This record gives sequence, structure tokens and C-alpha cells, in this order.
Amino acid sequence: MGDRVPAAIVGSGNIATDLLMKLRRDPLLDVRWMVGIDPASEGLARARAAGLRTTADGIDALLAGDELPELVFEATSAKAHAVNAPRFAHAGITAIDLTPAAIGPYVVPSVNLAAQLGRAANLNMVTCGGQATIPMVAAVSRVTPVPYAEIVASIASRSAGPGTRANIDELTDTTADAVARVGGAERGKAIIVLNPAEPAPLMRDTVYCAIDPDADANAIAASIAAMAEDVARYVPGYRLVAAPQFDAPRPGWDGRARVTILLEVEGRGDYFPPYAGNLDIMTAAAARVGHELAAARLGVAA
Amino acid sequence: MSAPVDVRITDTTLRDGSHAMGHRFTERQVRDTVGALARAGVRVIEVTHGDGLGGSSFNYGFSATDELRLIAAARESSGDAAIAALLLPGVGRVADMRAAAAAGAGVLRVATHCTEADIAIQHFGAARELGLETVGFLMLSHMTTPADLAAQARIMADAGCQCVYVVDSAGALVMDGVVARVTALREELGDDAQVGFHGHENLGLGVANSVVAQQAGARQVDGSTRGLGAGAGNAPTELLATVFDRMGVRTGLDPLALVHVAEDVVAPFIPRTPIPDRDAIMLGYAGAYSSFLEHAHRAAETYGVPAHEILLEVGRRGYVGGQEDMLIDIAVRLAATAEPVA
Repeated sequence: MGDRVPAAIVGSGNIATDLLMKLRRDPLLDVRWMVGIDPASEGLARARAAGLRTTADGIDALLAGDELPELVFEATSAKAHAVNAPRFAHAGITAIDLTPAAIGPYVVPSVNLAAQLGRAANLNMVTCGGQATIPMVAAVSRVTPVPYAEIVASIASRSAGPGTRANIDELTDTTADAVARVGGAERGKAIIVLNPAEPAPLMRDTVYCAIDPDADANAIAASIAAMAEDVARYVPGYRLVAAPQFDAPRPGWDGRARVTILLEVEGRGDYFPPYAGNLDIMTAAAARVGHELAAARLGVAA
Repeated sequence: MSAPVDVRITDTTLRDGSHAMGHRFTERQVRDTVGALARAGVRVIEVTHGDGLGGSSFNYGFSATDELRLIAAARESSGDAAIAALLLPGVGRVADMRAAAAAGAGVLRVATHCTEADIAIQHFGAARELGLETVGFLMLSHMTTPADLAAQARIMADAGCQCVYVVDSAGALVMDGVVARVTALREELGDDAQVGFHGHENLGLGVANSVVAQQAGARQVDGSTRGLGAGAGNAPTELLATVFDRMGVRTGLDPLALVHVAEDVVAPFIPRTPIPDRDAIMLGYAGAYSSFLEHAHRAAETYGVPAHEILLEVGRRGYVGGQEDMLIDIAVRLAATAEPVA
């Protein structure tokens, strides 16, 4: 079994279940454990049926075992991860954090994963809106300075769980912060909209970047197209719905022009329905991080 | 203390009117309007970016003057009247609410889509902790049933909301629909919270809908001076004051003073008085968010497609408040499929 990296999923909810389906397809990862806190959890039952070792006794049971995972994917809550993170670190386990805890650095695979590999033992997956939009901010900022970037993430109401609903402020704040730090904008802003239309609409994202009026539109458009392909390698349903739209400066824009990027994220349909591209992109990005970490440890090409 | 009233009119000229002004209110306009409204008996005056705190953005339009400065200017001119601020969770945050309270806002109005009240729970809790009076806005109320709307109102009331509004953001409700919704909320909320109504004139019914809302038990109603607001504008404050006066419904407002405020203070600085023209009627007909109007005009101009077709497509796709970016998407697609002009 030395040719695969042992991994655990902490959490047994819907995110954990969708993540498990993705990780099991990865030839470099050996997902052996799912850790929950509720013996009646359907997620734990599904994982058991899939041949995983499961426990409802939290990470105590995992860390007391004879064998430990090298990677742990945490899909619980920010509070739970804040408690668990130091214990993983102490045990020498690298954590991939799908909660908003943001203990470790933000990681967006197509933008900064290569730079983080082998550095941090705790990697945070930002937010769904961040995973969808930050690649595009980075695509613009690698061509021309972006003094301000703003993203609008519209998600189907049915894909917004209780955690999202109770913490929408934290989601917008974290996304805006990562738009600046990872996306490379001087300032970031994030807007989140829930749409209850039926049938449930696909996740839609719009990215606006302020740019210099003389910036090279062709180079920006080419960078955006290349980045969309990079993201689509790990999120197959990620696509531009139109060419980037360039607008000349208008009153109130401080003399800057604007590029608008219109995106759509269709989920792969593993455990979540395809409209929930916002949930799919989180688990797909986390799976990508796990894959790259495993490849680095095994010394094979990702 | 002021005399008892049957219905409290909140004036939203300086918030909903922000859309019609391209979010370019000046401190001077705010001071003049707030001072005149307060002298005419208005007790609550809303001042915020049209899309609420933090709304200054590419997506909704940047504010020419920071809304916190406008709120502070309003508070300096409002005397005994309270200043209200609007917040849409997902756009504005508790941090913005704190800043607005520090600048002088005493009433916080939290707006969600009519089926998504639970995203506002943290904001109502924070507002009450700050000692703010709270109002909840169930936007685009025409898009759900009276029973479901009442269940959403219950979520807001339980979170600390003191008055839940039926908000006809699209100006799409006709009178029966208003009465059914206000009645359903009254029955659900009982004495736990008041019920309010916010109407637009897209179908020419803003005032009539406000009247039937009051008759069905609404205790708060929104108006906008000179009707300045999104779409065809809001129920005009001066008309509400006059009509309720004629009906013997006590509002505490001075109709004669308000018609002068509308004519002499507000009319001179607004680009045009909103009316139910083709595109505004289309909002009511299609059930589209009234704030989309100016964005539809902009997209129509940029892409050479008719604004009313953009708005009809908004209705077909079921977009909700906040999705102004999707008007660009629709315009790009309409332009791509349009027959080339020979």
C-alpha cells in the first residue's frame, strides 16, 4: 500500500459524502477513515458500506488508532476545526480545511497551490464563491494591476445549508479577503445572492476587475481563457458563459476601466445535484489539493 | 411625545430614491430633505445606498458620497425623527451596521428575498444588541404565497424583528394580493411584531396598495417624496399623507407641508420624476426587481438591445434582488442572437 497516501475525512455530512466520492476515484489517495460524532449519521453508514473504517467518537478515536492518516480533510465547522487543527499538527497530519476556520493559508488550486505545497501543514479552501472567482481575479492581475476586484456569487437556495445561512457575513468577509490576498487585487469585495427559482439554477459568478484604461484587453482575455481551462481540469463544469466584457471608464470609477467575467459552475453530480456547483467546486478543489499533496509525497507527477 | 397614529409612514426618498439618482445624493440634498420632512411630521427617514449598506459597488453603482457621511448629515438635520438604514445580508455586514449606528442610524431595516429570511437572523440579533429598532423586508413578496410569506415573517420576528414588511419590490402586486399577504402576516405575528407595506408604482397601484394594506392591519407604510425610487418610483409620501388624511387615518404627517417639500425641495434636484413608462410597467408585468430598471437601461444602451426585452427575460429566468450582474448576461446573449440590421 506504499503507493498511495492514507487519508481520512472528518465530518460525515453532505460535503463529506460528496468529497468521499471524488477522493475514491483518485489513484494516489487511500481514504480509509470517516470520522463523525453521530452514530446515526447517514454519511457514516454510507462510508461504512463503502468499506471505510468509521467512528462516531470524533477525532479521539482516529488519533488513538494504530495507524494514522497522512492527510485529513476536515468538513465539519469552523469551531470544530479550530479545536482539531492543533491536534492534527501535533500528530504530523496535514489538514485540508473545508470549513471557514482559515487557520492555515488560503489555497485556490489553479492559483497558489504549487506555492503552498510542502510549506503549510494546514491549508484552507476559502469559500465556494472564492474558489469560483479568485482564479479569474488572478488571471487579470497577472497581466495588469487590479486596484479593486468585486465578485458576485449567485447560488441556488436549495444548495445553501444552515451553515451558509447562519454565517453569510463571514462568507462575504472571507471571500473578499481572499479575492485580495490570493487573487492579487489591492482591494476585494464579495456579494452573495441566494436564488430560490425552480428548477434550481446553476451557480453563477460574476467577476468585475478595475483595470487601467490602456490595459491590454487581448492579453487579459487570453489569460482568462487559459485560467478557465486550468480550473476546468479539476472542476469539469466550470466555464465562461461569454467572452470577457470590457467597459471604458464611467463616472464614479476613479478613471478606471472595467473587465467583467461571466461564469457558470455546473457540478459533476457526484452526491450533490449538478446545480450545486458551489458545493461541487469546494469538494473538487479540496480533492485536487489532496491529489497534489499525495503526488508530492509519492514523488510522482500529479 | 407625538400624538398617536394609525399608521407610521417611513420616508425612503433618500434610500430607494438613490437608484433614480444613480447613487449620487449630496450631503446638502440630504440635509435639506431630511430637515423639511422632519418638520412636516415624518418620524422615520431612511438614508442608505439604494442597495443597502455596503451597496456601493460595480454591481449596483458606486456612491458619489459615502453613505455614512450621508447618514451623519441626516441625523444632524432630523431633530426628533429617527434615521433608518437598510441592509441586505450578502451585501452589507454587521460591521457596516455598527458603522451606520455610530453615524446616527436608529432604525435598521434588514431585507432578504421573500423565501430567505433565515440569512438575516444574525443581523437582527446584532441590531437588537446595538439597541436599534428593527424592521424586516421580505422583498419581491409577489413571488411566494401568503402562507409561505407568513412563515418567513415568523422567522424574522423570532430573530428580533419588530415589524415585518410585505415588500412589493417589483410593483407587481394588485390589491387582493396585498390584502392576502398583509392579512396572513397579521394572523401569524399577532402581537409579536407589526406588519408593514412597501409599494411601487410600476402598475400605478402603489398608493392604492398602501391604503388596502393599512386597512388590512399594516401599521407601517413606506413612501417616497415625489415618488423618487426605483422603477416607476414608490408610493409618494405626500400622496399617502393626503389620501390618509382624506380617509381620516391618522399619520401624524402634515399633507400641506409635504406637498411643498415634494415640489420645492425634492423636485428641483432630481433628474426626472419616475413614471410608469414602458420599461417600468414591464417590471410590474414581468415581476422584476424595480432596481433593475436603470441597469437594464445601461445594458440596453451598451449592447443595443431593448431594455424591456431584458426585463421580460429577467421575469422568465426568475432573477432576484441583487442579481444586477445577470442583466449584462442577458444583454450579451440577446445581442448575440439578434438579427443583424441590414
